[in-house]
Amino acid sequence: MRQVMSSEDLGRVVRRIAHEIVERNQGVANVLILGIPTRGRPFADRVAEALTDIEGEPVVAGSLDIGMYRDDLDTRPRTRIGPTDIPKPIDGADVVLVDDVLFTGRTIRAALDALADLGRPATVQLAVIVDRGHRQLPVRADFVGKNIPTSVTEHVSVRMQPIDDEDGVWIGSESDA
Amino acid sequence: MHDLILKGASVSTVEGLRAVDVAITDGAIAALDEDLSAAERIIDCTGQWIGPAFVDIHTHLREPGHEWKEDIRSGSTAAAAGGFGAVVAMPNTEPPIDSGYLARFVKEKGVESGLVDVLASGAITMGRDGETMSHIDDLWSAGVRMFTDDGDSVENAAVLRAAMEYIEALGGVVAQHAVDRSLSGSGFMHEGSVSSRLGMYGIPSEADDVTIARDLMLAELTGVKYHVQHLSTRRGVELVRAAKRSGLAVTAEVTPHHLAFDHEDVASTDANFKMMPPLRSSDDRDALREGLVDGTIDAVATDHAPHAALEKDVPFEQAPNGVLGLEWAASVAIGSSGLDQSTLFDRMSVRPAAIAMIPTHGSLLAVGSSATVTVVDPKEEWTPVTTASKSRNAPYVGTAMVGRVRLTLKNGTITHEVAP
Amino acid sequence: MNHLLTTEGLDRASIESLLDDADEFAEVLTRPIPKVPALRGKTIAMMFFEASTRTRLSFEKAAKALSADTMSFSPGTSSLSKGESLRDTVLTVRAMGVDLMVVRHKATGAPWRLAEWLDIPIVNGGDGAHQHPTQALLDCLTIRQRFGTLDGLHIAIVGDVKHSRVARSDIYAMATLGADVTLVGPPTLLPVDLEGWPVKTTSDLDGVLSSVDVVYLLRVQTERGGASVFPSLAEYATRFGMSSERFARLSDDAIVLHPGPMNRGVEIGYDVADDERALILNQVSNGVATRMSVLFRLLGGDSDA
Repeated sequence: MRQVMSSEDLGRVVRRIAHEIVERNQGVANVLILGIPTRGRPFADRVAEALTDIEGEPVVAGSLDIGMYRDDLDTRPRTRIGPTDIPKPIDGADVVLVDDVLFTGRTIRAALDALADLGRPATVQLAVIVDRGHRQLPVRADFVGKNIPTSVTEHVSVRMQPIDDEDGVWIGSESDA
Repeated sequence: MHDLILKGASVSTVEGLRAVDVAITDGAIAALDEDLSAAERIIDCTGQWIGPAFVDIHTHLREPGHEWKEDIRSGSTAAAAGGFGAVVAMPNTEPPIDSGYLARFVKEKGVESGLVDVLASGAITMGRDGETMSHIDDLWSAGVRMFTDDGDSVENAAVLRAAMEYIEALGGVVAQHAVDRSLSGSGFMHEGSVSSRLGMYGIPSEADDVTIARDLMLAELTGVKYHVQHLSTRRGVELVRAAKRSGLAVTAEVTPHHLAFDHEDVASTDANFKMMPPLRSSDDRDALREGLVDGTIDAVATDHAPHAALEKDVPFEQAPNGVLGLEWAASVAIGSSGLDQSTLFDRMSVRPAAIAMIPTHGSLLAVGSSATVTVVDPKEEWTPVTTASKSRNAPYVGTAMVGRVRLTLKNGTITHEVAP
Repeated sequence: MNHLLTTEGLDRASIESLLDDADEFAEVLTRPIPKVPALRGKTIAMMFFEASTRTRLSFEKAAKALSADTMSFSPGTSSLSKGESLRDTVLTVRAMGVDLMVVRHKATGAPWRLAEWLDIPIVNGGDGAHQHPTQALLDCLTIRQRFGTLDGLHIAIVGDVKHSRVARSDIYAMATLGADVTLVGPPTLLPVDLEGWPVKTTSDLDGVLSSVDVVYLLRVQTERGGASVFPSLAEYATRFGMSSERFARLSDDAIVLHPGPMNRGVEIGYDVADDERALILNQVSNGVATRMSVLFRLLGGDSDA
């Protein structure tokens, strides 16, 4: 596998995306950051930390599990369910969904369905570390760490503390996975 | 020129085990000598055992009345495949065999099928109701010598005593399916660690034992020949052993399934392990094996109990009791208890024939006697894949076994042969 | 995992992950729209050959909260009374297009037969006096929510263990999760042979009250057959009932559970059932979440089996 983003790259991405969120939403007062488990959550926590630094107001990230909303349960090995933790009301909020990799777009579609059952946000925006192309649905990210063209058979591996021992993004062939 | 020569086997003769060839002509044993060679057909039986054909004193042939499970023809075919030359049919048919004409019917059906001699046992009570004696004289004159309410026990001691006295006067044998129903109650399996785990109502060993103990006292009182059917408990074996030691005319049998399995096999709740009496603990099974070897138990009797697939493919407690057994009894006896040749033929032919009072069977081979013999390969490893029965309820199919019946003859005619 | 038939042999990791998912489904049930589309398009058949209201409704709610469709079969009005065999009945229902069956039957082992005959996941909703695995899971979930873990907890199961599938399922699940289980009851209501069971036994309820963290009360089953094994309900209540007086002698953190339905005044005191530390209604709501977790696990694709 070859590394395409280092730990420092990741840090820069977090800070840039945080600034872009502030700019786009004119502050963070109405913003709700929700990470999609598993690695969307630590990424969301870091973005929230950066926003707290920038704006001087405490920003806390939540999480939105989409395991119960997937449309491909039959074809996957066991679907794990992660926690759903919404720190402030969804109605009228500018929700920023946070995930590690944007690929086919199905995860985000499931997340939109989950959000719709939980409330009525004013806007839904999407922040990802890596956009690797190959969308199967009309989904695009508002905030992207890095665009990395890949072939469908390649495997993109994002590692983030505290889930993993290190930070970074790697790409390999299917057999490396 | 003989009709048939069986070469190279160990033969159970009146003079003991002999390594001789067996020559058969016109349905009788013409010679027992080494190096015989002049015959229309010669079968190589090297390494095999030859002895008198087996006699099963406990078989359910289901005819009349339950022919969808089995009939006398299909049951005879299965019996011949198991090395049997004679079977005693149990009377729990529909109608039950409580009168002479039914005993004759069963016997004649056996003759029609022409494979094994079928004798009927007679019910002790009318309709097996446990109250009123059946037509015992009528049955006796139809050839019935063994009396049993099998399927049920005769529980009322006074009724049993009276029947014992009556049958003793004729010289017959009373066989009892020994169980006290107030103790066995709603039980479906042995009461013990497995029934506790499964939460299933169990039948304690005592349900059988109290009846055996009581019956032995009544047998002593009346002097009748008393036979304990399908022993399943250690204490049952001990009671029989003690009774024999004190000189009572007591005999006992054990089924192949009680030799092969125990209640752990019931844990799967597969109804092919549901029978009455139930499979009990491994300690009980060990006692049964020891009893068979030391002769406390006189006979292996199959309790061959056919039931249709749709009857057995149900939740455990809803299934009728019983499994098939005719075709694999000898294999199980050899495999589970390590019986040697003399003991095998003694427990599966000589003694059962004596118990059921069948003079034309159970005799060790001698020149001039009827060529009704069974050839067994005691070492052959095989796995049964099918059965001649109409039913399929057997836990043996698909299980590896050691010991196989290769050839059965009745009056010189081959009734069963395994292609070499 | 292909079926959920028993807690016997279910390993600790599997139980914990089912409970973890159940916690998430419990959160779903608190939402304004307490429903997720996970099992949309799936049909779940409730094959209840033994009468049941609570368990069946709980499974139905769980299925519907996952957006599955349900079909219900109950005895009495069924084809079984016309002589159709169990096998034919379930094959017929399966042929209508059913993705999972929940089965309750008074004969031990019935769910295992269904698992042999059918090619879909089977959930045991109670077979004879043998097993009721989803009950055990919801019980463990309730205890875990209260205490954080079952490790080292002392749990007393009180009453007619002999005829209780709830008790058998609970014993295995609780012991696997690290609890110490004591069975409390008269000798006639304890199983005949407890060799190999991970339990202690006593017939003295008062002796365990101060040391116990969870008291699990079984109902006195007047409807099950068998010879009379206990002198009278009044005697039972006196010796084994969780009266208010006994309840007061429990430690402050101890809780009381009951699988329902309760015989107030017999196994549980009139007022005890309503106390804050009697978590019976929690058990019921946890039941829906637990069954959602089980259905999701069996129909949501699982290669961990």
